[in-house]
Amino acid sequence: MISDYIIPLFILLIVFYGIYKKVNIYDCFLEGVGEGLKTIINIIPPLVAMIFAINILLSSEVITFLLSGFSSIFEAINIPQEILPMAILRPISGTASLAVLSDILVNYGPDSFIGRLASTLQGCTDTTIYVLALYFSSIKVTKIRYSLKVGLFADLVGIIASFIIVKIFFL
Amino acid sequence: MINFIWFFMIAISITYALLTGNISIINDEIINSGSKSFSLILEMGPLIILWMGILKIAENSGLLEKFAKLLEPVLRKLFPSVKKDSKALGYIASNIAANSLGLGSAATPFGLKAMEELQKENNQPDTATDAMITFLVLNTSGVTIIPTTVIALRMASGSANPSEIIITSLLATICSSTAGLLLDYYIRRKK
Repeated sequence: MISDYIIPLFILLIVFYGIYKKVNIYDCFLEGVGEGLKTIINIIPPLVAMIFAINILLSSEVITFLLSGFSSIFEAINIPQEILPMAILRPISGTASLAVLSDILVNYGPDSFIGRLASTLQGCTDTTIYVLALYFSSIKVTKIRYSLKVGLFADLVGIIASFIIVKIFFL
Repeated sequence: MINFIWFFMIAISITYALLTGNISIINDEIINSGSKSFSLILEMGPLIILWMGILKIAENSGLLEKFAKLLEPVLRKLFPSVKKDSKALGYIASNIAANSLGLGSAATPFGLKAMEELQKENNQPDTATDAMITFLVLNTSGVTIIPTTVIALRMASGSANPSEIIITSLLATICSSTAGLLLDYYIRRKK
């Protein structure tokens, strides 16, 4: 796998460049780890908050209930409704949407239309709500202005684009 | 906004569970969610800490500046409000590079550092700046070249061609990122 090389080569480049520039790379590393510890401490409170809310949301099955209303609309425009839980969970939780993806790949096969659509969807957008919560709370910003709106709009475009592109690519 | 989302998630979940009689499942989830959060911290925390150490070397040796210089012409257009000598652009560049290769967990420390640098230029520390929003739009719309996790999952479930979704993902990413940046640009212009 190409991706196996990326991290080690990246580190090699960094330490070589550091030595070449006569930097005390060992002290730098320790300094960075110290800062990293502080960052982790800052992440814990929002993470506990989000994991708690997401877990009860998923286990309450309210998402399935809300989807039952949408499914007829999506059926009308020929979008497989199995993709809906994933499309909704994708911006909220990477782990949750990955679990749905894995479920779809096992049940429908990775080379089916829905399998390819779900794979493309997982690869093309990120967990908007989670990332906004994590990044903004790490610097204690509470007024996030129009960022959620724009982020979710981009996700929606990604979902629609995935559907059209997979349709065209795998006829 | 996060305040409202959080309330909404909790309120609909518990209300729905009360109405459907699933309340004991919710009760179990509440009791377990604390330890779930901490196991996630334990899973991703050590890597983030290690990366922060490595990144510090790249930062202090000037490698990050070099890297940012390569992406600067593009980033400068996207982030007109960021000061010229800010380290933020370097971190944003590194975050995008790591994300685009599917190294999500490696990208996070770069992203957090970018936010920290952007916060230094912020006159109202509790309010998001234009540059922060543009960065997060770029980040969350996921500029992915190699979706490593998806390819691995497809391989595990016996796909004939696990990596065939690279092109479709890339095209879909370009669509979502462009749409996000255009809307962001439009809102900023309108003010």
